[in-house]
Amino acid sequence: MSVVFKPHETFRDDFSYSNSAQAIRRFPLPFPEDSYMYSVNIEPHLPGPKGSVTEFAFDVDEHYVAECRERAIVLAQEPLRYQALPHMMSSQWDCLELIMESLAKDYPAHFSLAKQGNRWHWINRPLGLDQQFTFGDAATLPREPLDYITRQAQGDFVVMDQREGDLWAEAGMVTTQADWSLDFDLGMTFKEWHGPVPLAHELQVFDRALKFLLNLRLGQPVRRLNWTMTIHPRLDTSPENYPQWGTDRAKVTAQNAGELVHLRVELQGLWRLPRSNAIVFGIRCYLVSLRELATVPKWARRVHRVLKELHPALVDYKGLTRYRDAAVEWLAPFDDGAPTTPGTAPE
Amino acid sequence: MSDAQTIAVEVAGIEQVTPLIKHFKLRPIAGGTLPVFSGGSHIIVVMQGAGRVHKNPYSLLGSPFELETYEIGVRRMEESRGGSHFMHDAVKIGSRLEIAHPVNLFGLDKIARKHVLIAGGIGITPFLAQLEDLHGGGVPYEMHYSVRSSEHAAFLQRLRRREGARLHMYYDSEGQLIPFEPLLANQPLGTHVYVCGPAGMINHVIATARSSGWADSHIHWEQFSAPPVGDAFEVFLARSNLSVHVPPDQSLLESIEAAGVEVPYLCRGGVCGFCHTRVLELDGELLHNDHFLSDADKAKGKSIMPCVSRAHCKRLVLDL
Repeated sequence: MSVVFKPHETFRDDFSYSNSAQAIRRFPLPFPEDSYMYSVNIEPHLPGPKGSVTEFAFDVDEHYVAECRERAIVLAQEPLRYQALPHMMSSQWDCLELIMESLAKDYPAHFSLAKQGNRWHWINRPLGLDQQFTFGDAATLPREPLDYITRQAQGDFVVMDQREGDLWAEAGMVTTQADWSLDFDLGMTFKEWHGPVPLAHELQVFDRALKFLLNLRLGQPVRRLNWTMTIHPRLDTSPENYPQWGTDRAKVTAQNAGELVHLRVELQGLWRLPRSNAIVFGIRCYLVSLRELATVPKWARRVHRVLKELHPALVDYKGLTRYRDAAVEWLAPFDDGAPTTPGTAPE
Repeated sequence: MSDAQTIAVEVAGIEQVTPLIKHFKLRPIAGGTLPVFSGGSHIIVVMQGAGRVHKNPYSLLGSPFELETYEIGVRRMEESRGGSHFMHDAVKIGSRLEIAHPVNLFGLDKIARKHVLIAGGIGITPFLAQLEDLHGGGVPYEMHYSVRSSEHAAFLQRLRRREGARLHMYYDSEGQLIPFEPLLANQPLGTHVYVCGPAGMINHVIATARSSGWADSHIHWEQFSAPPVGDAFEVFLARSNLSVHVPPDQSLLESIEAAGVEVPYLCRGGVCGFCHTRVLELDGELLHNDHFLSDADKAKGKSIMPCVSRAHCKRLVLDL
C-alpha cells in the first residue's frame, strides 16, 4: 500500500493540519452507540478491513511525515519526552524489531528491512533514512533503539516491565499525549499510572484490565479505543506545556467550535514482547475537527448526543468543561433526531 | 488459547540424559525459526495419544538466541496419566507434535541486584534458558542444583562448562543438602530467589525465605503440577447444557475439552489462573491441586482450576 503524504502540515503555530476526504472516512470513531461510559473494551488486534486504521499492526497514514517532524520539534525542546530505565534495553530491541518488521511487511513501498544474522539494514524512504546496524548492539545506532525507531513512528509508546504481578511503565516516547507526562509517570505501576482516571477504579476496570494484560500472549496483541477532545489540531497537549494550550479552551464559541474543537481518538495497541517479556503500549492519536466530522451525517448526530449526555465526571476529567456546551450547540443543527444505525461505520 | 494457534513441529533429536529424563529438540515443520522467547518460558506440547490428547507444559531449556529448535526435558512420571510416557515411549525422531507459543510465568526480575537460583531434579529446566540471559549480563548470580545422585544430574556438563564456580551441586546420595538457612540469611539487599523442583523443596524455600525476612516480591517459584489421578466423577456444564464424565486418569479440563467445550488456558499446571471456573452447585467436596487460589478461596468452594483440580462429589455444576 502506498500512502500520499502531506509533509508540510503543522500541529502548532498556524495549525495547517487537515484530513483528506478519505482520511475522514477511515477515522476511528470511538462511539458504537449514542452514549458513552467506560468499559473494558479490549479486543484482539486482528487485521481490520482494507484501508481501515486497523488493517495493519501500525497504521501509517497521510500525516506520517508531518507527525515525525512534529515529534522531532518536541524532542529538541524537551529531551525527557523520551526515557528508558537501564533494565529496559532488551525491551527496546523487542520494540524496534516489532515496528521495523511490521512496517517493512505492511508498507513495502515505503520501508524495507534486510537481515543477515544480526546485521540489519533498514530503509525508511518517506524520511530518507538508510541505516545499517547490528541488532543487539546499541552502539551501532545513532540513538537508543526505542528512541531511534519511535522517531519514525506515529503515536506514543510506553513499555511496561512485568514483575511482582504488576506492570511498570519504565520506558517510553511520549510527545502526542492527552495531558499526561512520561517524566512524571515513569516507574509507576499500572494502577498508580491510571490513578487520576475517575469512575473507572470504582468500576474495577483497572483490576480487570491488569489481570488481562498480565496474561497477554505473544503473537496475540489486543487493542482498544479511547478519546478526548483538543482545541486546534495540537498533538502535543502535555502538562509541561499547559500554559501554551490550556487557554485555548477559553476561545471556543458556538460559532467557531466547528474549526477549533477536535475529537481526539487514541487507537491503543498492546503487544507482548518476546525477549524481555515486557508489554509495549502504543497510543496512536487521530484528530478530526467537528467541521470534518460533520461531513458524515451519522457521526454528527451521534457525537452531538454523546457530548450532550456525557457524565459530568468525564466532562471534567477530559477537560471539556469550558467548551462542551459550545460544541454541543455547534453540532445541534446537524442532529435532526433521526435514529443512528448501530456501530461506527459512516453509513 | 485455542489449538488453531499451535505450531507444527517435528522431533529433530532425542537424548536420554538421565535414567528418567529425556531431552528433545523440536524443529518447525514449516522451516525457518521458532518464536523468540525469554528465559523461564514454557510451551504446551500437544500429543495425539492412543484415543486421547495429552497437553503438557514443559519449560524451554535451550538458548533464547538459537531458534532453529526448541529444547525441552521430559521426566518420566511414575504416576503418569500418559503424557510423559507418551513422550518417552512413543515419540521418535521425526515424530510430529503441536506446540503452543511460549508463555513466561517465571521470568527473571530485571531490577534484581543478584539472583539466587535453586533447582531440584527436573526443576533445572527453566533455569537453563534463564542462565543464557544472565550469562555475561553483569548482575551476579549463583545456581544451586540438587539431584538424587550423579547419574540423575541432567545437563550437568552444559552447566559446568558455562557456569564454573557459580554452579553449586548437591547429591542426595552423598548426604549433601542445600544449606537453605545460611544461603537465604546471607544475601545482599535486592537479591531475588527463584526455586523450581519438588513441592517440598519449594515450600521449604518459601518458608525459610519468609522467616529470614525476605519480601514475597523477591521470592519466585514455579511448579507445574501434573493433574493427579483420582476417582471418576460427573460434571454438568450449565451454559453448554452438557454432562461430562471425568475418568480417573483424565483431568477435568481434558474431559471438558474432549466433550467439545473450549476453556481458556495457559499453563495447564495450576499456576496461571487462566482456566479459573465458577462452581455453581456442589454436593461433596472440591479437591484443589492448584497454586493459584488462596486457601480462603479454596475453602469457599466457589471456584476451581479444572487443569489440575478434581472433585469428590455426587453433583458438580460449572459455569461453562
